Amino acid sequence: MNFIQERLLGGKNGMIGIAILAALIFIILPATLDLFRLNLVGKYLTYAFAAVSLVLLWGYGGILSLGQGVFFGLGGYAMAMFLKLEASDPESTKIQSTPGIPDFMDWNQLTELPWFWEPFSSFGFTTLAVILVPGIFAFIIGYSMFKRRVGGVYFAIITQIIALILTVLIVGQQGYTGGINGITDLKTLNGWDIRDDSSKYILYFVNAILLFGVIFLSRYVLTSKFGRLLLAMKDKEDRVRFSGYDVSNFKIFVFVLSAMIAAIGGAMFTLQVGFMSPSFVGIVPSIEMVIFAAVGGRMSLIGVVYGTLLVNFGKTMFSETFPEFWLFLMGGLFIAVVMYFPNGLAGLWDKHGYKLTNCIKNLQCVNVAKAFIDSKRKTKVDVAND
Amino acid sequence: MKSKFLLSKWRNVLGVALGVTMAANLNIATAAGANTTGLAVTDKEVTVGILHSLTGTMAISETGAQEAEKLAIKQINESGGILGRQIKIIQEDGASDWPTFAEKSRKLLVKDKVAAVFGCWTSASRKAALPVFEKENGLLYYPTFYEGLEQSKNVIYTGQEATQQILAGLDWVKKEKKAKTFYLIGSDYIWPRTSMKIARKHIEKVLGGKVVGEEYKPLGNTQFGSTINKIRLKKPDVIYAAVVGGSNVAWFKQLKAAGITSKKQTLLTISVTEDEVLGIGGENLEGFYSIMKYFQSQDNPNNKKFVKAFKEMWGDDSVIGDVTQAAYLGPWLWKAAVERAGSFDVDKVVAESEKGDIELKTAPEGYVKLHKNHHLWSKARVAKWKKDGQAEVVFTSDLIEPDPFPKGYQ
Amino acid sequence: MGEYTTQELISIFAMQGFAGISLFSVLLLMALGLAIIFGQMGVINMAHGEFMAVGAYTTYLVSVLSEQYFPSFVPYYFIFAILLSFFIAGALGYLAEFALIRHLYKRPLDTLLATWGLSLIMQQAFRSIFGAREVSPTLPEWLLGSYQPTETIDIPLNGLFVLGLTLVVTIGVFILMYRSSWGLRVRATVQNRVMSGAVGINTKKIDRLTFALGCGIAGIAGAAFTTIASTGPTTGSLYIVDTFMVVVFGGAGSLLGTIVSAFSIAQGQSILEFFISGSMAKVITLLSIVIFLMMRPEGLFASKVRK
Repeated sequence: MNFIQERLLGGKNGMIGIAILAALIFIILPATLDLFRLNLVGKYLTYAFAAVSLVLLWGYGGILSLGQGVFFGLGGYAMAMFLKLEASDPESTKIQSTPGIPDFMDWNQLTELPWFWEPFSSFGFTTLAVILVPGIFAFIIGYSMFKRRVGGVYFAIITQIIALILTVLIVGQQGYTGGINGITDLKTLNGWDIRDDSSKYILYFVNAILLFGVIFLSRYVLTSKFGRLLLAMKDKEDRVRFSGYDVSNFKIFVFVLSAMIAAIGGAMFTLQVGFMSPSFVGIVPSIEMVIFAAVGGRMSLIGVVYGTLLVNFGKTMFSETFPEFWLFLMGGLFIAVVMYFPNGLAGLWDKHGYKLTNCIKNLQCVNVAKAFIDSKRKTKVDVAND
Repeated sequence: MKSKFLLSKWRNVLGVALGVTMAANLNIATAAGANTTGLAVTDKEVTVGILHSLTGTMAISETGAQEAEKLAIKQINESGGILGRQIKIIQEDGASDWPTFAEKSRKLLVKDKVAAVFGCWTSASRKAALPVFEKENGLLYYPTFYEGLEQSKNVIYTGQEATQQILAGLDWVKKEKKAKTFYLIGSDYIWPRTSMKIARKHIEKVLGGKVVGEEYKPLGNTQFGSTINKIRLKKPDVIYAAVVGGSNVAWFKQLKAAGITSKKQTLLTISVTEDEVLGIGGENLEGFYSIMKYFQSQDNPNNKKFVKAFKEMWGDDSVIGDVTQAAYLGPWLWKAAVERAGSFDVDKVVAESEKGDIELKTAPEGYVKLHKNHHLWSKARVAKWKKDGQAEVVFTSDLIEPDPFPKGYQ
Repeated sequence: MGEYTTQELISIFAMQGFAGISLFSVLLLMALGLAIIFGQMGVINMAHGEFMAVGAYTTYLVSVLSEQYFPSFVPYYFIFAILLSFFIAGALGYLAEFALIRHLYKRPLDTLLATWGLSLIMQQAFRSIFGAREVSPTLPEWLLGSYQPTETIDIPLNGLFVLGLTLVVTIGVFILMYRSSWGLRVRATVQNRVMSGAVGINTKKIDRLTFALGCGIAGIAGAAFTTIASTGPTTGSLYIVDTFMVVVFGGAGSLLGTIVSAFSIAQGQSILEFFISGSMAKVITLLSIVIFLMMRPEGLFASKVRK
């Protein structure tokens, strides 16, 4: 019990944080939002996986990856390939010249399924691939870079170039990837219709549970000796190295782990949104993920979830009513967070949150609030009398 | 002029904001027969959605389409509305982001219960929104000329599918310019690739010509030096181009700078409308040819009225391209189908549309008829660009039957 | 290849060589400003592309104004527009440094985020001011068309112009950085800030002016690009990755490296494009650069600056 409390939940304060977040995600949001909005929240929460992965990698590891979209995308594409194969059974694709293969392949004169698509007709393989493909890819990148001590800004820019390469490749090889339209019109998962209202609820909760699982896992990693080494490495890499640790191995590990976490988010994204396209692989989504983490607080596993929700809600709300202002606001938000709140929402909470908790504890604020309400009421009455 | 434009934009934004709040407060009554599926239709009003990108990279292209749709709706309202009801617009921003298109489509259909949506521009946005329209049984009027290979119960395609645009133009260039060799170049995504595939089949099998080069550049590419040299080496009779977006401007500027002008070279493009010319500059295009179904300079009474009304509503310096005109047809086609069905129900409207005899004699492009397969019968036109950014129509085809799944071209 | 005469092949070869050189001058002009900002100061300026757009829009504005009010000025406006672009982009850069960058010198990764935010704001500002449509200035006659040394060779004039401009700017930057006392101070500040401060160099002022200079050069690049492509609110974001790639590939901190890097990327890419279809050429170029950087992270020319 103690182990769970200390290592997974993050002590007493951490438990309160997790409980509040769990209440919000599992009870409050599903109870108050209609399905349409809840589905949106579900989509946002898939980005939260990527944000959590950045807490490990960037917040604790000090390695900024501008290519998390790559792993998010790979996970998403793996899942989309499975769903697309299921949606392309010979019966529903009989108008094609080659029935039984995905429609976009048929349009590109492919007459049989490419070899690397074959294994994705198995759900077991796909589930593994969602995690392993991005993991292996991250290992290759991480191994070749960290062993040569590429870090900091260079790493960021190289990951960005990789994101660009992958996008151009996916768009260019449309016979194999669906091109710029992506892999669309996904219908069922092992016969279960993912577009139904009930499925949407189920997927929302599955997604939320996975997210909490990932948060617990990350917390476990961070509270271990490894986590402490990671922090030490971020601040004084050379000293850790001179103490006899192989720094690059730690970096590779955390990079691979963060890639896998982002990939789970991608797979859940595909399931909830119903398609996958190169626009989630590229540079812009990758940077946006960094922004979610920065706004939420790059050192806080819980904070980044709020950060992701807040930024995305802001985006949807503002683009619905004032599309022109959205970019100004978003840009301003980045600058403000970086300049004034480097620890994001979580930092704000740490700084000022205790006042609120104290206030609740002492019940002082109840009196304060009462006084405030009374004074308002009074002025209202005064106005009415005038 | 600029400030006036901004002001009108602001008014739209306010209008949209008001529209959203009003929709929430509306007491949605159901009139017998006209609305049996719970759409946002009252005795006085019917709500429709407009869904285009107002922000992001696609905003450039989609502006014209949404302006045309608003114009058509305004004109319909002024002439008494549909089944005695005024049309109210809820506008949503797709933000050049495909999931946003899906998301906003769902909002329009599920929350706002709109009777029809006019929107989408790129194929990717349509592909993203399509499953939503099919699932929620909505109705989308899609304005862009596109690659075909699609026919959904829930979509009416008011632009040309690929064969309607391509084949007549190729026949013309073969006949007029005695063209035998072709160089195909496009941006790297589905529409140019599918169009080129059809073009290649037609050139090789029907016209007996030869494709001497086929090349796709990444979207946003601005360097065409090597490509131009390849073209010089191959000396094609015709360059057949489907380059889009910012690349388009770079492509034509660099062609001109490399000395490849209409004096020496025939160039036929399927991706340049009056909208694009604004960015490219008429001087860089002079003498080259576009194939479209509509050009702003078309000389007929329908078009004169349309151009005048469009300029009155959106400013004298606005230009009207092919897609803008196709977008303008959407609300009118919907009106015709609804009035014949006597109902806003999507199923009934679609059933009327599928009878294949809804005509628009007032279409600015001349005359269109809705085919059973949800596409329009329309004419293809080849026009030669002039320095002032307008084009002179040099060839008009017969009315072409839409064929989204062309046999022998796949 | 039997159907071509030797002369034709030589012409194509010459023009293809020029296509590579032309791409080289474009890449170099883009990267020079960033080489100063990122290479010398270590600031990751994600808004660099937007500063280029500032230059491009300035040129567009000057073109429109001169067409409307001083038609006789039209043939010459371009030179003036380039200078104005330099000063406007430089002034904006000066402001950005003052308001934003100077607070973040110790946190290089955070400048990345902050300048990304800045780039979003600038993009929206372009959209609100100039509209969402792509614009291009009317080019003076002398920039259009081609130069024909022989019957079969066409050398684009705009390419020649950009090449010339790049040469001028590069030489200017070299003189400024390596032959002037100001450049000496910049280099001293980069190498050892504390010591430079101690010997009486106003390092804050140096920082601000260096950043402004980098942005100003971006402005020139933007102005020059209006001759090859159009300008839209998001034009800048198209160039940013290429620009960073050139600087990193060359080895940050080495101006010579930037030049060599721009040259090799340009030649590599344009030769590849000649033989392979467009998209794959891009992928192969990018991939080779990534692999090279994995092998040799310090880039072509390692900087001798102690970190």
